[in-house]
Amino acid sequence: MNRLTRRSILAAAPSALALASGLPAFAQKKYDAGVTDSEIKLGHTAFYTGPASSYGTIGKAMAAYYRMVNDQGGVNGRKITFLSYDDAYSPPKTVEQTRRLVEQDGVFLMASPLGTPTNSATQHYLNQKKVPQLFVATGATKWDDPKHFPWTIGWQPNYQGEGRIYASYILKERPNGKVGVLYQNDDFGKDYLKGVKDGLGDKTKAMFAVEASYETTDPTVDSLIVSMKATGCDVFVNTAIPKFAAQAIRKAAELDWNPLHIVSSVGNSVATVLKPAGLENSKDLISDFYLKDPTDPQWQDDEGYKWWLGLMEKYYPEGDKTDVFNVYGPSVAATTVQVLKMCGDQLTRENVMKQAASLHDFTVPMLLPGIKINTSPTDFAPVKQVQMGRFNGERWQLFGELIGAVSG
Amino acid sequence: MTVPTEEIAAKQPVAVAPPVGAARRGAALDVALARPVVIAASLVIALVIPLVVRSFIAFQLTQVMVYALAILGLNLLTGYNGQFSLGHSAFYGIGAYTAAIMMHRWDITYFWTLPSAGLVCFAVGFLFGLPALRLQGLYLALATFALAVAMPQILKFGPLEHWTGGVQGLVIDKPDPPFGLPIDADQWLYYFTLAVLVLMFAGATSLVNSRSGRAIKAIRDNPIAAAAMGINTALYKTLTFGVSALYTGVAGALGAIVVQFVAPDSFSFFLSVSFLVGLVIGGVGSIPGCLVGGLFVLYVPNIAESVSTGLAGVVYGVILLIIIFVMPDGAAGFARLAAARLAGAKQPHTTEGRLP
Amino acid sequence: MELLLQQVMAGLATGAIYALMALAVVMIYQAIDHLNFAQGEMAMFSTFIAWQLMQWGQPYWAAFAIAAALSFVGGVVIERVLFRPIHNAPILSSIVAFIALFSILNSGAGYLFDYTIKEFPTPFGSKPFLGITLISTHQAGMIGVTLGMLALLYLFFRGTRLGLAMRAAAANPESARLVGIRVGWMTALGWGMAAAIGAVAGVLIAPVVFLEPNMMLGVLLYGFAGAVLGGLTSPGGAVFGGFAMGVIENLAGTFIPYVGRELKLTIALVLIVAVLMVRPSGIFGRRLVVRV
Repeated sequence: MNRLTRRSILAAAPSALALASGLPAFAQKKYDAGVTDSEIKLGHTAFYTGPASSYGTIGKAMAAYYRMVNDQGGVNGRKITFLSYDDAYSPPKTVEQTRRLVEQDGVFLMASPLGTPTNSATQHYLNQKKVPQLFVATGATKWDDPKHFPWTIGWQPNYQGEGRIYASYILKERPNGKVGVLYQNDDFGKDYLKGVKDGLGDKTKAMFAVEASYETTDPTVDSLIVSMKATGCDVFVNTAIPKFAAQAIRKAAELDWNPLHIVSSVGNSVATVLKPAGLENSKDLISDFYLKDPTDPQWQDDEGYKWWLGLMEKYYPEGDKTDVFNVYGPSVAATTVQVLKMCGDQLTRENVMKQAASLHDFTVPMLLPGIKINTSPTDFAPVKQVQMGRFNGERWQLFGELIGAVSG
Repeated sequence: MTVPTEEIAAKQPVAVAPPVGAARRGAALDVALARPVVIAASLVIALVIPLVVRSFIAFQLTQVMVYALAILGLNLLTGYNGQFSLGHSAFYGIGAYTAAIMMHRWDITYFWTLPSAGLVCFAVGFLFGLPALRLQGLYLALATFALAVAMPQILKFGPLEHWTGGVQGLVIDKPDPPFGLPIDADQWLYYFTLAVLVLMFAGATSLVNSRSGRAIKAIRDNPIAAAAMGINTALYKTLTFGVSALYTGVAGALGAIVVQFVAPDSFSFFLSVSFLVGLVIGGVGSIPGCLVGGLFVLYVPNIAESVSTGLAGVVYGVILLIIIFVMPDGAAGFARLAAARLAGAKQPHTTEGRLP
Repeated sequence: MELLLQQVMAGLATGAIYALMALAVVMIYQAIDHLNFAQGEMAMFSTFIAWQLMQWGQPYWAAFAIAAALSFVGGVVIERVLFRPIHNAPILSSIVAFIALFSILNSGAGYLFDYTIKEFPTPFGSKPFLGITLISTHQAGMIGVTLGMLALLYLFFRGTRLGLAMRAAAANPESARLVGIRVGWMTALGWGMAAAIGAVAGVLIAPVVFLEPNMMLGVLLYGFAGAVLGGLTSPGGAVFGGFAMGVIENLAGTFIPYVGRELKLTIALVLIVAVLMVRPSGIFGRRLVVRV
């Protein structure tokens, strides 16, 4: 419209005023692809099939959470459409599914795609296309790199950081011990291993005895545990995924081997790891936590737990209410929703990353009390803190102060 | 108990061309004319598609072509030469990593990675084919299977990390269209892959129709008779192994460029199984069938997932079974049957035969 | 020296799993002349059936017996419905049919029983065997059952008319028909038996590795390798091969410096291929003489 009529001047007035006053033009909405007045489209990939499919429930729990948010009115009045595709833990498939989500389905951003190699495959593409790879569901250290990958941000405490925490615990409790580490022979496992070694520092040569790796296709890790006992290890860092962590715990007990046994946050779930391994066999296990374990009786009356239980019962009734994975999913999703809320009507991808980098003391219901999410433009590690716990044969007993995991 | 290679011959009468009677020659001519028309039409469609569809579809179709090429490699060895291989994921992986290392570490343009990948894989395939001469059927299957299972472990191996990137894999940049052509990178890759595909398919076709091709097929159908006729079976078998690996290796290199990422666990035994499924669905011993195989490998898992996420594997398996029931000789076998039935419909007796 | 002994024993303990699987693989191979890629998944599914029966209150032996019987029937049904119609198809097509079966069973189990690991009880208990902590009573039981089944199968195939008929049907279907053997039903019987053996294998393996839909993935890999090492025509060889796989892999991982740790599976497989170079039909396999 080129003619300066009275109507056109009146139409332009509000925005002109807003510009002049320097206020955010709240009457003005800015949308990138995937957003309308009534809808925000989120994209997601996870492994629902393939050897690591036990993680698929994270995606389902997230979907349940988003359904709950929609029932409660959505995000600033907009409903969330959560599109989640299977990539069978195969990076080429992840690339294909991610491209489909971005280019064909037109999603606004990738909300917590799952897996380390899978996210590595799409990191380059998403950063090139300037699509947020928001709160990726993996603890690899590489996601905290805003300088090179400004569109990628992690969420959970990273594996190297956790490894370092275990190392400092070992140095404190058993400074002359011999350490054996069980790890998965891939990106995620080697990240843990590096953390432990870095944490032991100079004492690595003296203390490090056995690096035992397994593949996800191995039937059992029992012989690795035999090896560790035979070489005289008295400290065991068990970073394996649930199935192998449980095998290791049980085998150690069968062999009558009682090292200082540290299990990682990946393998410390009471229901999916300790129960199958044997609660008696899991006595005196040490681990680190940032989420509340749903089987822990101390949270029975906790507001956060009740909130989560309600979510599960109404929106994901077939989900396992004892599985920590189902706690993880909604927790990350809640952070995503918070960022979307903070964007208001400025739903651009750039604003999403800006808000994601401005989280201050944010919490979600199932984070341990005291753990706060903080981010900044140079700090892309939202959850940094963990608390140690010891298993008493029935449940985990948290001890000590919150420890801040420092990224690499 | 017969040796499996003989079973392949016994159960695939269609692959052996029976004498074509004079009565059928007329019908055969019609089909002979149809073939180049079909090929030309397909080429035209293939050239036009990326200009009218979204980049993402072009990307998917490029992947289809890559898989088709990989399956063609397997076809040459298993379909035409009767050597059962479960290890082609290893050659695909070697090709992919060759390309990735050349582009990532030495900054070599993508174009040169293809022949390099081909050469490296030819060498590996040939060397593997040598000891494989002693093995038959399922024992050969295990040897190739061992190769497939070993490959991810080797790629993750610590001392090689400096080259391979270890468990983290390697990221590659997408090549830009040359000469400032007015197309985007995805479309350029599509055309590049299409050109390579057409070239290599033509090469394979001329190979299987040549004297060497007949020798290769003779070895499949009856190795002892072939040797008795003076064919140097050892030489042909190992050469075929090499050529087959070359094809799959070039496919791997292309695949790496298209996906822009290589990681050790992408090249596991499951990939070999996908190739095998694609081979059978497309039609063992059929070159155009490889395209159908490629389409199947890419799209059917997606279709299965869209039907039901929880039961995707069940849907996939059921689809596979239905296809095997209806078309036990794959798409190519089915097409042959259909064409023969159409052509022979006017004749009093119909004999199945290979189309000229 | 003590470490060597311990690793050998640990390898035998793990190897018992592979030996059991290898036995099932070879049995079905002898019966139907095909390698059943879905053998592991069938075993896994049978084990889930047993587990579910126990969840519903059945005692262990009842659940086991019912699961084995259902597996037998299941095997026969699969053969009649799935593989009989395509038995004239090229061998590669039947392999794809096995792959389809694998996919269906794996996905179906995941859908019905989900992917979290489940404990599975053992009838043998888990105490150290004869005071040796390296082998538990369960693992000793596994080895015992494997050897016992081997003996039973040997007696069946060598000593009974039905066994003879089955061997004839597999070796030479045409001639077998001519002497009056119902070849189709022999094949179905072979499938049923293999499925039942698979159920036994699964039920014994699950207590060690934990029950979940993907538990047989690696086991089938190693079992297949072991079977080929021992020779596909020899059930005893298959059992030997399975144990050998366990020991080799263990020793490679422990004693080969640096390389062994990360490449133990590769080394084991390379060794097998090397053996095949010398004995192309496996250590105990019979060299097949083919008439032109």
